[in-house]
Amino acid sequence: MMNAALGQAPYSRNDSRAPEGPLAIEARGLVKRFDGTLAVDGVDLAVPEGAIYGILGPNGAGKTTALRMILGIIEPDSGTRRVLGHERPQDIARLIGYLPEERGLYPSMKAYEAIAFMGALRGLPLKVGRERGRELLERHGLGHAAERQVRQLSKGMAQTVQLLGTLVHEPKLVVLDEPFSGLDAINQGKLERLIRSLADKGTTVIFSTHVIAHAERLCEGVAIIAGGKVPYAGSVDAARDRIPAQVRLETRHADGPWQAALPPGSRAEGNFWSFPLPESGVEPLLRALIEGDAGILSLSIERAGLHDAFVAIAGEAAARALAEETPAEART
Amino acid sequence: MSEPTPKSRLSLLQAAFVVARRDFTAVLFSRVFFFFLLGPLFPLLVGALAGGVGSVIDKSSGEPEIGIAMSAADVDAMIAAHGALKPVLGGGLPQLRVLERLKPGETYDARAALTGSEGNVAGVITGTPERPTLTAPAGRIGWLRGDVALLAATALGNAPAVFPEVATAEVATSGASEKRARLATAQAGQLLLFLLIMLLAGMVLSNLVEEKANKVIEILAAAIPMDAVFLGKLFAMLGVSLVGITVWASVIGGVFALSGSLLGGFADPSSLPDPGVGWPAFLALAVAYFAMGYLLLGSLFLAIGSLATTVREVQTLSMPVTMAQVLLFFFASYAMAQPGEPVELAAIAFPLSSPFAMLARAAQDEAVLPHLAALAWQALWVGIAVRTGAGLFRRRVMKSGPQKARRKGLTALFRNGSARRA
Repeated sequence: MMNAALGQAPYSRNDSRAPEGPLAIEARGLVKRFDGTLAVDGVDLAVPEGAIYGILGPNGAGKTTALRMILGIIEPDSGTRRVLGHERPQDIARLIGYLPEERGLYPSMKAYEAIAFMGALRGLPLKVGRERGRELLERHGLGHAAERQVRQLSKGMAQTVQLLGTLVHEPKLVVLDEPFSGLDAINQGKLERLIRSLADKGTTVIFSTHVIAHAERLCEGVAIIAGGKVPYAGSVDAARDRIPAQVRLETRHADGPWQAALPPGSRAEGNFWSFPLPESGVEPLLRALIEGDAGILSLSIERAGLHDAFVAIAGEAAARALAEETPAEART
Repeated sequence: MSEPTPKSRLSLLQAAFVVARRDFTAVLFSRVFFFFLLGPLFPLLVGALAGGVGSVIDKSSGEPEIGIAMSAADVDAMIAAHGALKPVLGGGLPQLRVLERLKPGETYDARAALTGSEGNVAGVITGTPERPTLTAPAGRIGWLRGDVALLAATALGNAPAVFPEVATAEVATSGASEKRARLATAQAGQLLLFLLIMLLAGMVLSNLVEEKANKVIEILAAAIPMDAVFLGKLFAMLGVSLVGITVWASVIGGVFALSGSLLGGFADPSSLPDPGVGWPAFLALAVAYFAMGYLLLGSLFLAIGSLATTVREVQTLSMPVTMAQVLLFFFASYAMAQPGEPVELAAIAFPLSSPFAMLARAAQDEAVLPHLAALAWQALWVGIAVRTGAGLFRRRVMKSGPQKARRKGLTALFRNGSARRA
């Protein structure tokens, strides 16, 4: 997709495999300063319709500010954005669901009323919202809490109520800011399944996270954000492909003339060798190893993970910050 | 290029209605509304107590005496004269208090007696009934001179011994007492209006701060225009207050109805003094002026609320506005006593005091047309206040930057804030 206001879709800047089909979100050169501090510095994004898209970065990287600008909650100092083809996201509020990072519900509202109210803000009639609220709570195992006031719910339950309120009007685009934070492993799993089911129905889901594992498991596209900049925005596969696959080789003999066939930069630990996959592929190497009588015990080609890609793209410091913020249960 | 999705959102008024409905029901079914209903009783109670004490004080201080220091025979003659005149003149004749029965040749220092007096002596009569001397402050001399002359004449036996019976004819009220009654209505109306507006403006403010504290504001900001949030909150509280007024009116109406049928008419509405424009118009104008006053002050308070993140900040920021509003109320009250004077016209022209000043005018003056002009003028200012307040609210309410970055003073109202980077 291309439009006059934005020119070429920015996806292609970082990823040669530009998304096909219409875009749910296009942002170009978004900049935001607060009291002279540059919070977001020229963010470009292109999120295809129907995709699950992650915005990955450590806390303070500018994820929330970028999302708020995309949704029109705050206006950018410069840059343009289009959401479902509209420059003013408020014009299509009924089609968007948003879960902010700082969760907020009226404490005195009943759970199903809170869901209905959030739907009403997006144009869903209150009566329909109440019915759907009860249904959704039932479907997510919270039917017993429908009549309870929000202040009587546990934190996890309240978080689920808010998420259901984000979805009650059946939006085409769902924006979730750090949706996994505060959830235990079981509820994180439930949320992952919910996000997948939304995408299966054609809903575009964009979420921010500082947990690489979530992005890697769920997302087709990802924007890596660090220090207010987006050094990479594109498909997860393309990000991983930036790092050459690693070959791990185990030989019977520790040395021999066959070693000359190994690419430069190969590291050895006893009879184990690791090196980047040669550009010519693995077949010529295999031939040389066999002819040199290396005694191949095992050989595997390991594709780089998103974490490796993140380190290569955003740098060690950003990766360290990300690792420190990631809860242990979310690293797997 | 894909076709843009058709527009799909609530209109400003629809969105404002969603917010207003939520706030309205939330307040109406909360303890806050109960206290809101009881609210006006407290100042009335305090007023009644203060009035009771005041009337006692007034009563005790409102009956001045005339001191007398003459020879014993003259004192007795004067007392006898007082005794003869009192049944006829009633409260119009001051009490007589014997200060001294002088012996022959003895003198009395009336000036010293008045200066050092701890009682309620307004003047002192010395000399003799033939040649009485009245010593009193300048303001009292004119008032007491006639009484003293009458007493002395009666003591000398020069006054008629038998007073003719006076026929009486009763009238409802004099021009002066009607004016006094209307002034009292105006004062009561202004006070009630002021209390109600202050109470509501405070409620709308704390409602907003609570919303900022529980982070709902971002949900609202993402879904609907901030102007709609502003309008919704403002009108929700107006709705709540109108329900409150209806409840009070029903209770008062019920009391009057009961008094007519069961309680022997102790609270006869016809005994209330009519305001200048008449009761129906006065009540309608009171509601209209209340709405204008509340919308003006509520806009101001909501704009303040958008700047604050904690209750403490709200208190700090709203204090000067509250004090200013109290001053404006006093200004309007002061202006009320001077109808037609420049000070009253100034109170009418200034938007924040205009509703109070005009309500007072409705109580005192029969003309209705000036109220239409005043309401139009106030509506114009309501429009300006709501628009400005909503603009400020929109710019400021989603800012949550670090404390150190906050600037003090007026510049803070208009600068761009600092949202947290994440």
